[in-house]
Order: sequence, then structure tokens, then C-alpha cells
Amino acid sequence: MIIKDKVIKYGSNVDTDVIIPARYLNTTKEEELAAHCFEDLDVDFKNKAKSGRIIVADDNFGCGSSREHAPIAIKASGIKLIIAKTFARIFFRNSINIGLPVIASPEAVENTSQGDELEVDLDRGIIKNITTGEVFKVNPVPGFIREIISSGGYINYTKKKL
Amino acid sequence: MAEKEENIKPMTMAQKILAWHCGVEYLNTGELVNANVDLVLGNDITMPLAIEEFKKIGVDKVFDREKIAIVPDHFTPNKDIKSAEQCKYIRDFARQQDISNYFEIGKMGIEHALLPEQGIVLPGDLIIGADSHTCTYGALGAASTGMGSTDAAVAMATGTAWFMVPETIKFVYGGKLKKWVTGKDLILYTIGLTGVDGALYMSMEFTGPAITALSMDSRFAMCNMAIEAGGKFGIIEFDDTTKKYLEGRHTRPYKVFHADADAKYFKTYEINCEDTELQVSLPHLPSNAVNAKDLGNIVIDQVVIGSCTNGRMEDLAIAAEIIKGKKVNGRIRTIIIPATQQIYMDAMEKGYLKTFVEAGCAVSTPTCGPCLGGHMGILAEGERSIATTNRNFVGRMGHPKSEVYLSGPAVAAASAIAGRIAVPEEVI
Ligand code: SF4
Repeated sequence: MIIKDKVIKYGSNVDTDVIIPARYLNTTKEEELAAHCFEDLDVDFKNKAKSGRIIVADDNFGCGSSREHAPIAIKASGIKLIIAKTFARIFFRNSINIGLPVIASPEAVENTSQGDELEVDLDRGIIKNITTGEVFKVNPVPGFIREIISSGGYINYTKKKL
Repeated sequence: MAEKEENIKPMTMAQKILAWHCGVEYLNTGELVNANVDLVLGNDITMPLAIEEFKKIGVDKVFDREKIAIVPDHFTPNKDIKSAEQCKYIRDFARQQDISNYFEIGKMGIEHALLPEQGIVLPGDLIIGADSHTCTYGALGAASTGMGSTDAAVAMATGTAWFMVPETIKFVYGGKLKKWVTGKDLILYTIGLTGVDGALYMSMEFTGPAITALSMDSRFAMCNMAIEAGGKFGIIEFDDTTKKYLEGRHTRPYKVFHADADAKYFKTYEINCEDTELQVSLPHLPSNAVNAKDLGNIVIDQVVIGSCTNGRMEDLAIAAEIIKGKKVNGRIRTIIIPATQQIYMDAMEKGYLKTFVEAGCAVSTPTCGPCLGGHMGILAEGERSIATTNRNFVGRMGHPKSEVYLSGPAVAAASAIAGRIAVPEEVI
């Protein structure tokens, strides 16, 4: 799977309360969640997401609550991929479980700026910054997790196994 | 109760409990495993999503109706029509599946105070919950962690979940706690040392003489906030205090594990409690811990005493001791939320609730309420609250331009009297 898109860049410790504030958690509807995504962090997110569909962030992305509504809101906003230096544990597995690709690469984050264009080959673990010409390699995901992603999420994976 | 393990490489608490639940003798850190879980938990925010996902899997029945807990505690008693719909959805599911641990309003308490109190979570258990503070139950010597709704859905169908066997950081607390200092101060201080991602993906073992001397309520408060350091588990080994707590309470037999003396730790921190002062974490990260007495004049608009961190008897007892016979500052709102119905009743019998109401506090039925900016005490733009809760992220208690300062019950109660952040000595 290859993802080619522009970058929206954020800092460290982006928590799930700013990704989707709790006041909107009285629903599970994707489009409603997407409507409020990042509204306490970046009022311009919806505009940016029209032309940039890769989020790049520093450390501990998605820290805080276990709400799966957070990666759902991001995915439903049209975001195709998140690259961060590190991810909070629950957010990381939630993203995998719903089929939103996440890559940890401090190197790629250091060398990517707001608005850069990236081309990412998920299967081979290659991140290419088209704007700067730089290329970064990441560790391939463990087989078991790759199986979850290629099944289209943890539910489909489980269905196949049962 | 622990059996003698021979010829096996040394393991931490996390390794031992995971290995037991995988039916193997040894697990190395970094291994990806599928393990059997003892309990799957969800609430009125995460359970609707988990049920929707569960229904997609295509099984009719949950794997074990006694190993699922559903607690509608976040937006309850229903704060609006949408929340009412969510609660109705999980209630219908609980009835249809005949879930034994479903707690209706009137019996409900904040999940992480309620499940230990009811003897549903026990030492040696492997527990997952669709709520990040599920790590609280580690205080009983269990391996317990928060996951998402999809993980809960799959576990409800299969009774299993996938784990990476974590490394462990050991924290050794020595010395005697100062007056008013509780587990909350120790954990805020600790997160100040590690940072909010210092224990990312790892298990945290809290040990040492000061932990042995610590009450069960304070132990819950510490393990509760392991997630605020990025941790997967926060574990305190079973001892006499745990044993006493479980007497007459545990609903089934349990198994006790101890870490091996020569187990390998990623890192060890030594903390001298003699030097640990009452703590306050400044906005907007739990790791911004400072000594409460060194803070200048920080005027507040609201005090919240409650939540899964500090809504237990010990917390209410400390607050009542400080507030008794006084009036809370007339300019601010003080909201006190006992975490469960049992705590509510015990506090009533002890006269704490009377003390609070006479002092001008609002006392609420158990709910998460303001802790996550749900209801029952939302902040307006520019307002500031000190709270015994566990997160002070931007917008956590209301308006994105409001502020939350985190503390234990003593500082929160003293601040309620002073109308600014204060330590007990300033108001007694
Ligand atoms: S009290 Fe707060 S932190 Fe605890 S479960 Fe409720 S919302 Fe979450």
C-alpha cells in the first residue's frame, strides 16, 4: 500500500482530549466525531485536511484516554496515515485495530515540515519526502500486526479466525 | 498460594501474570502473545462502540457473561438525550446477554472504585478495560490495562486479547510519608520524574517500605495514574494490606504472584518519601508536578474532590477533617463526588457529607462528571479549577481556555477554604 499526500504537522503529547473532546463522546457516528476533530488544538484542521492527509507529530501522540473515537475521528476526517516519533500505547493499538496506519519514525519526523509532500510505502517501510528528496527506512511491522492490518482491522481478523 | 517455581528464568510481575494467562512457564519481554483475560470492562462511552463492533464479529453470545463488567458512569445519570440513548443501548445489551456485572444508576459507581470494592477484580488477574484507567486494579497485584473498544469487542467474543510483554520500571519508595501526603502526591511526584511518556509501553512496579505502609485507597490512587506516565500496568504486590482488604469481599478464588528478586528491570528509581511534599500538577500536563507550598497566589473558581483517583473514603476523610466547622470560600464552587454508593453511605454515616454541605459544598451522586468535562461542574472560558482528578489536558474540564490543577484531597480541601491553591497548614 502506497500513500502519497501532504503533511499536517503537530508537536508533542497531542492527547485524545484535544483530538476529540469528551463533550462530543455522546455519539459513535463517524461524521459527527470528524466534525469536531482537533477543534481545541487547531481550529484550522478541517481546512488543512482538505489538502494534507498525513499527520506528522513529535512524541507520545494520542496520549490520555482509551477512546477509540480519537483515531476514528481522525480517519473519518480523511487522514490516511500518522507518523510520529512515538505513540501512546492505547492510541497505537486502537489505530491498528480500526485499520488506520501508524508509523513510528523519529528520523522522518525530524526531517519533515508542515506542507511537505510524502510518499510512504507501508509494506516495504519506506518514507520518501518528495519535497526534500530524503528517504527514511522504518522497521517492518511484526507479522501478527501486519495480518490485522491486511485483514482490514481486528474485527475482520477475528472473524477469519473464528 | 503461590506455587514454587523452579528452573525458570526470573520474571517481573508483568511477565509472570501474562505467562500464567498464556499457559506457559516463561515469557520474554517484547514477545507478542494472545492471552486469556479474567475480565473485560466497558463504560457508557466506550461500550456502545464495543457492542457495535462485537455485533460485526458474528457470535451470538459473549464468551462468559460473568467475566464482563459494564458500568455506565461517565455521562450518568444521563446528562442529555444522546447520552441517554447510549446508556439505553448498553443496558439493552447487558439484559439480552444477561451480563452479571452490569451496574444500574443507584448501584453504579465510578468503575475503577466500584470493581475492586465489589470484589470483582482480584490479585493475579489479567484484566482489560475499554478505559485507560483500568490500570488501577494493579494495586491488588493484578495485571490490568486500558485498551480500546475494538479490543474489548474481540475479548467479549473470544475471552482473549493480544499483548506485548512489557519491560518493567521499578520504583522503590523509602521513608515515612509527611502529614497529609497520600498516594496521589507520590504518583504526581513520580510522574514529574518520569515525564508523561517515561514509562511508555512499560509496566511500573511500586515497591518499598513506604508502599508497604500505604493504605489500599492510596495504592489505588497510585496505580490509577500509571497511564499518565505512559505505563501499561501499575502494579503493587499482594501483602497483608491487600489480604485484609479482600476479606469478605472477593467473589472467587485468586492467585498471588511475586516478582522474582533477580528479575530484570529496565530501570530503577529510588524515592525518599521523607522529602516528598504535597504536590500540585500545573496545567496542562500531569508531569508538571511542583510542591504545593511553593506556589504563589493562584486564585481558583472551582474545587472538585472525586474521580477514580481520589473519590474514596480516605480522600473524603481528609477533606472532611480540613473542612469541618469551616465555610468554603464564598466566591468559588466546591463539588464533592463520592466514587461509589457504598462510599457515599459510609461518608454519610461518618458525618462527612453533613460537614461538606454545612460548609457550602455541593455533594453529588457518584459520576465521572467534571473529571472529563462531561457534566456536573464544567468550566467557562478563563476559569480555573483545582481537582483531585488525574488529567489536566487542554479543555479536559470544559472550555479550551480553562485550566485544571491536579492535587490530592488535602490541597484541594485547603484550597476550597482559602479560595486559592493552599496547603492545610494555611487554613487550620
Ligand atoms: S473519573 Fe475521570 S478518569 Fe476516572 S474513569 Fe471517570 S472520566 Fe475516566
